[in-house]
Amino acid sequence: MSPPLEHDYIGLSELHSPAAAVVGGGGAEDGALNLKDTELRLGLPGSDSSDRKDKVALTLGLLPKIFVSGAKRGFSDTIDGAGKWGLAAGGGGSEVEAGKGGALFSPRGERGGGGHGNAGNDAVGKAVGHEPKDTGQVGDSAGNDRGVAPAAKAQVVGWPPIRSYRKNTMATNPSKNKEDANGKQGLGCLYVKVSMDGAPYLRKVDLKTYSNYKEFSLALEKMFSGFTIGQCGSHGIPGRDGLSESRLMDFLSGSEYVLTYEDRDGDWMLVGDVPWEMFTDSCRRLRIMKGSDAIGLAPRAMEKCRNRN
Amino acid sequence: MVRGFGWAAAFPDEVWEHVFSFLAADADRNAVALVCRAWHRIERRSRRRVFVGNCYAVAPAAAVRRFPEVRAAAIKGKPHFADFNLVPTDWGGGAEAWVEAMAEGWPHLEELRLKRMVVSDDCLELIARSFKNFGVLSLVSCDGFSTAGLAAFAANCRNLRELDLHENEVEDNCLNWISHFPDSFTSLVSLNIACLEGDVNTSVLECLISRCPNLRTLRLNHAMPLEKLVSLLQRAPQLVDLGTSKFSADHHPELFFKLESTFAGFKHLKSLSGIWEAGPAYLPAIYSVCESLTSLNLCYATIQSPELLKLVSRCKNLQRLWVMDLIEDNGLIAVAASCKLLQELRVFPSDPYGVAPPISLTEHGLVAISAGCLMLHSVLYFCRQMTNAALLTIANNRPNLTCFRLCIIEPHTPDYISQEPLDAGFSAIVESCKDLRRLSLSGLLTDRVFKSIGASANRLEMLSVAFAGDSDAGLHYILSGCKNLRKLEIRDCPFGDKALLDNASKLETMRSLWMSSCSVTLGACRQLALKMPRLNVEVIDERRGRPLESWPDDFPVEKLYIYRTVAGPRSDTPPCVWTV
Repeated sequence: MSPPLEHDYIGLSELHSPAAAVVGGGGAEDGALNLKDTELRLGLPGSDSSDRKDKVALTLGLLPKIFVSGAKRGFSDTIDGAGKWGLAAGGGGSEVEAGKGGALFSPRGERGGGGHGNAGNDAVGKAVGHEPKDTGQVGDSAGNDRGVAPAAKAQVVGWPPIRSYRKNTMATNPSKNKEDANGKQGLGCLYVKVSMDGAPYLRKVDLKTYSNYKEFSLALEKMFSGFTIGQCGSHGIPGRDGLSESRLMDFLSGSEYVLTYEDRDGDWMLVGDVPWEMFTDSCRRLRIMKGSDAIGLAPRAMEKCRNRN
Repeated sequence: MVRGFGWAAAFPDEVWEHVFSFLAADADRNAVALVCRAWHRIERRSRRRVFVGNCYAVAPAAAVRRFPEVRAAAIKGKPHFADFNLVPTDWGGGAEAWVEAMAEGWPHLEELRLKRMVVSDDCLELIARSFKNFGVLSLVSCDGFSTAGLAAFAANCRNLRELDLHENEVEDNCLNWISHFPDSFTSLVSLNIACLEGDVNTSVLECLISRCPNLRTLRLNHAMPLEKLVSLLQRAPQLVDLGTSKFSADHHPELFFKLESTFAGFKHLKSLSGIWEAGPAYLPAIYSVCESLTSLNLCYATIQSPELLKLVSRCKNLQRLWVMDLIEDNGLIAVAASCKLLQELRVFPSDPYGVAPPISLTEHGLVAISAGCLMLHSVLYFCRQMTNAALLTIANNRPNLTCFRLCIIEPHTPDYISQEPLDAGFSAIVESCKDLRRLSLSGLLTDRVFKSIGASANRLEMLSVAFAGDSDAGLHYILSGCKNLRKLEIRDCPFGDKALLDNASKLETMRSLWMSSCSVTLGACRQLALKMPRLNVEVIDERRGRPLESWPDDFPVEKLYIYRTVAGPRSDTPPCVWTV
């Protein structure tokens, strides 16, 4: 088995364009790497010609053997788990990308039939495993309308035509009856509320649009910079100098605010303790609270946070 | 001197007013206004209801001036595709201009309905303060306001009868906004707060409900726990329309019995919705009202097929059913057998991105419904497969369809048996259903289907097209046919300049045209704008920073929104929108 890719604790290693990341797609069946799969192309990863569809059917059948669902896993498995999340769901072809983010079809509508053919590969923790995550977080922008994405990431916003209100509602109120493991993520977005002590109103963020804590904190900082700068007053001109480069985490550690989240069990935890995927899985809402309020949080969590920062 | 229409003067104005009061449809009143000056004057003075389908089609002041005695106004803002995130959030549709003009010119306004508009908290307060007899506020798919705005509204609106908040994005910053309704406030008839996310203080709500004996409609939000719901509902057995909160909790027999007896107490309940997170344990509590229900909305209830079947097959008088595809074909077959009065069916996808194992909901379910429900006229159906044969059968079974919206989830999906495009199927629909007013297409489609639509869909008013067609001919067929077309929205189709320019004058007969990810160039937009001064041709592009003037004619337009207007280009365009 090939050695797993190195990843830093919080951020996954940057994986390039999703189209190129379909590595060894037909490997299991062809017996050799199909170079076509590594070709940089617009469209869904794996969404090449329709003749791949039958291959997909074959490979998906292999999935259950490779991914053991539900078992407790150590950290390295969490990373592998990112692959599992998308791949092990079985069912229709394009579920991986779809799981993240809405249909990722190139405008010409290359059929996204081919999920990830490389289930056959042992290299679970590798590129493929992460690739859905990346595609997902770009592709998904169910709520993100930012026009054309850079280079190889073609995406289709707003299809199928489900009202964004409905998407948000289904995402934040997940059913407990659904059989699939991640009911809420089925809708391709994961909105959580972010409140900040002292700020006049709440914001909502879609956790699926970020792939690691870095991006997330940058986005939060942009969102709340109006308030934090006013509060700390250490930079004369609001917004641009100094603060725009630093991350919210750094800023927070230097100020009186801490970023916390409420998890599934209703406990308030400090953000940054757990791997990103675990965080997005369990986070119900976020709160930027004053450091003094955060004292009640589990000491171990605090320590971890301090060590990190 | 008796002119051609001198007889108009034979009766006093009040008589004509009375005659006109029988004309409900705006189109009829508009026709009346064109007959002669006297009628124009009488009609405009007596018009009580105004509907503005596009808030930018007319200047607010002009509308207010023309119809000084309006009591009820309905206004729509953003294009329909804004529901699917295709329209930039800052595109426009702000309500202030309208609310300010109305506050000036319509002090007696009683009803206001806004859809897809941006409504600020200040607007809400202005509404509450400006209209002494204000009674009905309906906000659908709006955003820009918060619960603080609602608090200000509640505090100032003395005679409110209806507050309908439907699927809005509401910031939650005022926990107890409901408590801002004064203690003397007892006129509430209808309250819909289903879209609010925050907790609502149950005891305050209970007080409110107890002192409003005329309450008929109550739609709660998700947040209220089941036990609290029960005690609330016991105070309002007169409800006709109920939207519940969460319908699941740990199973407690007493809670179940209380819930069951509460529902048994609803002697007048006709409409039921909500039922978020319904567990099989509590669902049977509803059975007692099923027989009297005419409308059942389970589109957020992730109940599985067996329970759904048990529930829906008891609803013999159902006219409207909104449900998730979890009902499956079996469930729909049961509906077709039990719900003979069904008029409207909507089936929503529980898993549109295909993460879970596929649901067994196919074309068979819809065919069964079309065969069993003779009064069916409105369909919205999300599925993953379809055949021409099924569509033909549906068309033959139900020529009385007025609204047919089919969404086959994967674009370009052909007939899964014959692998043909679905042209024949949709053609059958438009040819058979002569009264079809609304149509949404999906699946693999060539220009042929547009030829049929253009030729046969004479009553069609709204058409939605995505990932379809081969060439400009497709668009040309639609624009040169479809006599009554009002709204056309197109995305990801190879439609371009020629069809647009050849049919420029058609666009003035329509409310609006949306085209995104098609093949229209900036040059064509410029030509169109020149040719048709009473159209606003808006080019939307979020990518580039340079102004429109500097781009060449062959520049491909990403998103295009064209609408007729007498108000000229609007002044509130954001940076990403250019009026050509």
